[in-house]
Amino acid sequence: MVIVDKWVDFLIRLGRSGLFLFTVFVRSLLPPYRIYPLIKQIYFIGARSLLVILISGAFVGMVVALQFHDTLVRFGSVSLLGSAVGLSLIRELGPVLTALMVIGRAGSSICAEISIMRNEQQIDALECMAIDTYRFLIAPRIFAGIISVPLLTAIFIVVGILGGYFVGVILFEVSPGAYFEGMYETVLWRDIVMGFTKSVVFGLLIVWIATIKGFYLHLEKNAFGSEGVSRVTTDAVVISSIAVLCSDYLVSAIIL
Amino acid sequence: MQRSLKIEITVGLFMLVGLICMGYLAIQMGDVNLLGKQTYALKARFTSVSGLKEGSFVEAAGVRVGKVSKIEFDTGKYLATVTMEINNAVKVQEDATASIRTAGIIGDKFVKISPGGSETYLEPGMEIYETEPSINLEELISKYIFEK
Repeated sequence: MVIVDKWVDFLIRLGRSGLFLFTVFVRSLLPPYRIYPLIKQIYFIGARSLLVILISGAFVGMVVALQFHDTLVRFGSVSLLGSAVGLSLIRELGPVLTALMVIGRAGSSICAEISIMRNEQQIDALECMAIDTYRFLIAPRIFAGIISVPLLTAIFIVVGILGGYFVGVILFEVSPGAYFEGMYETVLWRDIVMGFTKSVVFGLLIVWIATIKGFYLHLEKNAFGSEGVSRVTTDAVVISSIAVLCSDYLVSAIIL
Repeated sequence: MQRSLKIEITVGLFMLVGLICMGYLAIQMGDVNLLGKQTYALKARFTSVSGLKEGSFVEAAGVRVGKVSKIEFDTGKYLATVTMEINNAVKVQEDATASIRTAGIIGDKFVKISPGGSETYLEPGMEIYETEPSINLEELISKYIFEK
């Protein structure tokens, strides 16, 4: 019976998550539209992640170029370096690593913020004042995620390509023409579409999981007070990281 | 007020940089033509296009002049119809030859266009009639081994 209970519990969570997202989208269709909360969340999720993304993007691009250069030298095809760096960054590394960085920086804090609001009954207070919490708290964060993550991914990829340029062309003296021309010719429109579809999906998933974990803190079993907040936040980070990696495979399989 | 302006400026800057990066990726790498089409289509039929892919290069005198945009199977004649996008500046004579070649021994397949002697040039959408199919190394070897 314990197993059955666990499955029922899982189904309840799944249904609750779906209804939650549906409610957020439906309620945010109605006017009035408030832009300012959205801008504030884009500032928090996107603009404040910029430094992390710049540094990690540059180093990921550099290490990819370093590794590919070492491998390609053995086959005598160093001129493929640009294509290899470009393709791996655009299709896989850019979207996935950006998503993981955003989970670590923004996903965790969104979950902690909302779960503390729930814990201190601020959400109940908002509902007492007839403020639509879905619109007021959740919708700006979700839309900010969908807007910010693709933008951050684009920045990550471009910085990564420049990092690869630094290692490949400046340190290892691959011809700059081979680096960029090879990349422009190998990368197809489909690769770009794949990268950005992934990043939109990831943006939605990250914020969705973080907000839902925080918002339904009071429905968790054995999760009280600050201990509950810390547990829920850990859960959100773990679940959204796994969700990003699983959906990465799914989106790739669908587009290929 | 001061505080909110700072947020708006930062967000604006972030979105601008992000959009520029996206635009760069889309236009430079994705071959999105904002300035209208700079290529025209030519067709060619081959008895075999084994190994050729959509996106493979079209070369003339070793210079890349276009890309393969579509490969279809012609059920009636049992031939492969290849559509190529050739740069506008490149003119192809009506008796030019299209052949499928390999870069190196195990490299990618590409379409090579050899010039003809005619004074008339092919119009967009027309067909290159002289073609040579892709050479299959395994078939050649087995021919050599078994047909002695």
